[in-house]
Parts: sequence; structure tokens; C-alpha cells
Amino acid sequence: MRLIASVWPLCDDESVDDLVQLLTPAGQRVEHPDYRLALEAGELLGLYRDMVLVRRMDVEATALQRQGELGLWASCLGQEAAQVGSARAQRPTDMCFPSYREHGVAWVKGVEPLQILGLFRGVNYGGWDPRERYIHVYTLVIGSQALHATGYAMGVQRDDTDDAVVAYFGDGATSQGDLNEALVWASVNAAPVVFFCQNNQWAISEPVERQSRVPIAQRATGFGIPAVRVDGNDVLACHAVMSAALETARDGGGPVFIEAFTYRMGAHTTSDDPSRYRIADELESWRAKDPIDRMRSYLETEGILTADQQLALDADSDALAAAVRAGVLEMRNPEPLDMFDNVYAGAHPLVTAERASYASYLASFVDEARS
Amino acid sequence: MTVTMAKAINTGLRRAMDQDGSVLLMGQDIGALGGVFRITDGLWKDFGDSRVVDTPLGESGIVGAAIGLAMRGYRPVCEIQFDGFVFPAFDQITTQLAKMRYRTAGRVALPVTIRIPYGGGIGAVEHHSESPEAYFAHTPGLRVVTFASSQDAYDVTRSAIASDDPVIVLEPKRRYWDKSPLETGDAVLPLPLASIAHAGSDVTLVCYGPTVRTCLSVAQVAADEGRSVEVVDLRSLSPWDEDTVLDSVRRTGRCIVVHEASVSGGLGAEIAARVSERAFYMLEAPVLRVGGFHTPYPVSRIEDEYLPDLDRILDAIDRSFAV
Repeated sequence: MRLIASVWPLCDDESVDDLVQLLTPAGQRVEHPDYRLALEAGELLGLYRDMVLVRRMDVEATALQRQGELGLWASCLGQEAAQVGSARAQRPTDMCFPSYREHGVAWVKGVEPLQILGLFRGVNYGGWDPRERYIHVYTLVIGSQALHATGYAMGVQRDDTDDAVVAYFGDGATSQGDLNEALVWASVNAAPVVFFCQNNQWAISEPVERQSRVPIAQRATGFGIPAVRVDGNDVLACHAVMSAALETARDGGGPVFIEAFTYRMGAHTTSDDPSRYRIADELESWRAKDPIDRMRSYLETEGILTADQQLALDADSDALAAAVRAGVLEMRNPEPLDMFDNVYAGAHPLVTAERASYASYLASFVDEARS
Repeated sequence: MTVTMAKAINTGLRRAMDQDGSVLLMGQDIGALGGVFRITDGLWKDFGDSRVVDTPLGESGIVGAAIGLAMRGYRPVCEIQFDGFVFPAFDQITTQLAKMRYRTAGRVALPVTIRIPYGGGIGAVEHHSESPEAYFAHTPGLRVVTFASSQDAYDVTRSAIASDDPVIVLEPKRRYWDKSPLETGDAVLPLPLASIAHAGSDVTLVCYGPTVRTCLSVAQVAADEGRSVEVVDLRSLSPWDEDTVLDSVRRTGRCIVVHEASVSGGLGAEIAARVSERAFYMLEAPVLRVGGFHTPYPVSRIEDEYLPDLDRILDAIDRSFAV
């Protein structure tokens, strides 16, 4: 008995011919008939700068975890283009709902790196105000946030504004019920939400073939949602495809599904060991498609990025890393009684009583010390 | 006026929608049909598609989308058709809805109301007669309420919608067609605490939702036998009103909790534990519980054996006095 269906070759070059690409892995700018992109030099440089800084922060966070300063880190190494490109395409008031690896999105949305790191250090569950930054706190239960994004988009429809909403998730999430329900809800309500799937090929140790027998994007069409596959390591293509999808949503065209074909260069998290389940060759082949290298190559060729600018950016990167490190080391633990805050909006006698009881228990040690 | 509990809920929903444009209803079949119990009867006609939303068939989707709507500034009121169908939404309720304020350090409030017709006694098929209150009362971040009269149905419905916390409203479906007086005031009251549904001095029956009427009958019968029974209608299950219960138990010295859910690990266990902690020396007898057994809800032809009824409660009273 064959237990596993023969898999469709998802990762072969043949299967990815349909990817929208504006920048080849070698850094050559190419045109696409459906997706034009006209960004100013400053904007192009900005995309590059975002990616470089996000990667530097990411590398520093991994180091901090290894040194025991973070409890966990989920690296976004290799996914900078998908995140930065898609986030820069949004308007400031376009709300987005991330999973837990969207550090590049959070960065672009104006979340401070230390606000991201608090969750991983264990001092909070979300360090920023979602209403202020238009990015919800990270969602760790896979796929739940897709429904929140869809509901939020239904609210946008009722407000009669032209905001759009983005749900971020990965290939693994497409197996979750909530993600599928979100696609149904968004489709039948024509909700202005873009489903942005970063297919990074791996859900911890499970390759994407364990989630789907067809390209991920193909699933969306079954829900009546137009879908597009984009080279997720091409920041220009991600920007262009996301811009078009957001416009469709704004114009009443309903939801759009984007599959950004990318690769998780690091481990799932710092608790993971990818050498147990994936081969080095695969990593090397994706290293050749690195999102930052290709953008740098393009910008240098075009004369947009000078050697001096690169040097300045390197200095900024190091300064950012140093600030992140110093900030993490300075992060203070919450007080024990903070545990009882914000469980309810109004008073809840049980929480009030337990807080008082625990406070007097703690105080009893102080009294002992004094006596 | 005297109206059914169903009409009182309907009136409460309508009043809330009239007063606050951010209130919207979502659920399966709540539009043209008016819901499987007709609780939303007429609302779709008067408020339209955008405020009375017939959703696709998926409970997780209803609650998950309601969370997003609430983040956008709406006050969604979700209808789950039957108690046994809430579990597909259990993750969104317990993991997302209940914890969002906490996870966001108080920045995001989710004023979402989830109405669930609950409990047995209507001769239904499986999954239509359950009492899931303990799961929700066990979950920090949720408020859990129920009611046993038309007035409370109206008031609790409106208080729940006005609450900035997520509220699970358990509607005792077999009492939907009971009639009692209703005054439809404008004021939105705070979510209620317990009330003394019947004053007595010999034993305290703690009950809520569908078992309140049963316990009131018990009080009448017991009075004929010379026992004065106090009936405490909890109304709110999280938080539950410890002070009112303890005050009653301190006066009577006896406490029996009556609910339809399995007693094992149920709300009665929590109440018994608290009463023992706080009023141990006032008790003349151990706290007893009368409720469902540790079985799945049985088939309807024998559901009366499972549900706490007059005789089982009177028997518990006898046992309490036999100590």
C-alpha cells in the first residue's frame, strides 16, 4: 500500500515558470506584461535598506537567543523580499494581520525592533499598539488571524472606506480550517482582503508536499478568489503584485490570493534542527536566489547604490544591531502582579480577589525579611 | 406586559441595534428565517443585510470574523445555533477572543457577544441539548451569563452587548417560550449578579438558567413538607456571585447546586469548593450537587433521567438533612 501520493514536483524549476518576476536572481531587471513597477530611485533604495536592516536585526536576534537573552526566535532569513515588498505596497491605514515570522512587515509598519523582541524574550505578548501601527500582534496559532483579517475587512466594507486588509500566513497554514473558512468568508462577502501566503517550502520539518498536492495558489481559485504566484525573493515583484492586489480589493474587486514562492533559509525557530530533515544542496540552491544580493546587484548596476551609501548602510546596520542588543539586555521583567492586569475590561471579583491574595502572600516574605 | 423569553431577547437585540449603530448580528439562518428559534425574527427585514449577517456555515468563521469586526470598531453579536455546535469555534473563543485584551496589554478590546441556546429537555437529537458552561467559565477573559426570566433575558442581552469584554450568553432554550413580565427600559444595566429567586431559611439551592424554574417548583413542594428552601439564581456564571451564595448558605447552613451539566468538573464543583473554603464552619451538611452524569447527553427518550428534576432535588434535600 502506498501511503503517500506521488507528489507533484513543487520545487522544480518547471513548476515555477508562472512566477511573476521583475528581478532575476542575478539582479537583472525584467518586464512583466501584467505587472509594471515605476519606483523612484529613493524608493528602490528604501526597499533595499529595509531588507538589509531587517536581516541584521534578525541575525542579532538569533545571536541573542543563543546567548540566552531570548527564549526563542523565529528567523525570517530569506523572506525579507516577500515581507518588505508586500508591506511597502500598503498604505499606512491598510491593516495587516501577521503570523509570528513577519518581522520585515512589522519593521515597515513602523514597529520598533524591541517591540518585536519583547514577545521572544518573554516580557509581553505583543509590544505594540495594533491600532496605531495598523499591524495586529503576532498570532502563533496557525491560521487564526486570517479570519480576523477577513472580519476586519468586512468592517471596512461597512465603513465605506477604501482601506484594504492583508492576512499573512505560510504554506502550512493553508491546511488549517480557519484559513479555509477565511477564504470562504472573504469570497462570498467580496471582502477587501489580500491573502499573502509566504510559501517558504517548510512547515517546521514538513515539506510543502505534505500540505498540498497542487501549487498553493491553485487552491484559491476553488474558492472563487483570483490567485497569483510571485517570486518571493524578488522585492520588486512582491511590491508590484501586492500593489495590484490591494487596488483590486480597494476597488470592490474582493479578495486576492498571493503565493510568494520563497524559502526559509534558517530553522523554523531556534528550537529546531533543519539538518535532521533537509539537505544542504537545497539550501545552497536558494542561497543563489538571495533577495538582498540580487537587489544590491541591480542597484549597483543602475548606479543607484554607491559604495559610500553601502558603507553608510553597513554602519547603520551595526548601530541597529548594537541598539537591539543593548535594548534587549535592558528589558525589564514585568512585576509579578502585572499578571493580573488586562484580563478583563471591567472589574472581575475573582481576579481582584486573587490579585489581592497573591499580593499579601508576596508581602509576607517582605515582612519575614524585615523581622 | 407579559412576553416569552424569546420575545424578550428579540426586543433586547432590537433595542441594542437601535441605540448603537455598531451593533450587528451574525450567524447561520438569522436573516430571512429569523434563526432556528426565531430569536432574530424581523430584525433582518428592519436592519438589512449589513447589520443582520447570514454567514457561511462555519462556527469558527463566525467568531473569527466577529473578532476582526470588533477590532474595526463593531459590536458583533454571534448566534451559535445549538450548544453542541460551538466547539468548532472553541479555539477562536478560548485562544483568541478570551485572550486578546491580555495579549495586547489592554490595547484591543473585543466587545463580542456569543449567544448560545443551551441545555436539554426539548426532545432533540444529539448535540442539541448540551450544557458547556464549565468550559467557558474556566476560561479567563470571558464573561459567562444566563437568565431565567423574560426581564433578565432582555436586560442581560443588552448588558452583554454593551460590555467591553467578550460575553458568552447561554440561553436556556427549553424556557424560550415561558412567559413572564417584561419592562423595556432604556437604561443598560451592568451585567447582573445573583438574585434570590425565592427566599427561604432551611437550605440553599444554587441554580441558573433552565434549572431555576425546577428549583422554584421544588421550593413550593418542599414548603408543603415544612422545609423552607431558598433559591439563588446565579445569572452570571463568570464571575459568579460568591457573596450572595455565601450569605445565603451562612443563613441556611445547607447548600445544593443544581445544573444540567455533568457534575464532574462542573460549575457546581467550583461552587462547592468555594463554599467549603469560605463557610466551612457554617455548614450543617456537605455541599451536594444535582446534575447530569458523567455520560454523553443521553438520547431524548431517557433525557428526563439525566436532567435534574423535582424528585432528584428533593432527594438531595433529604440527604442534606439526613446528615
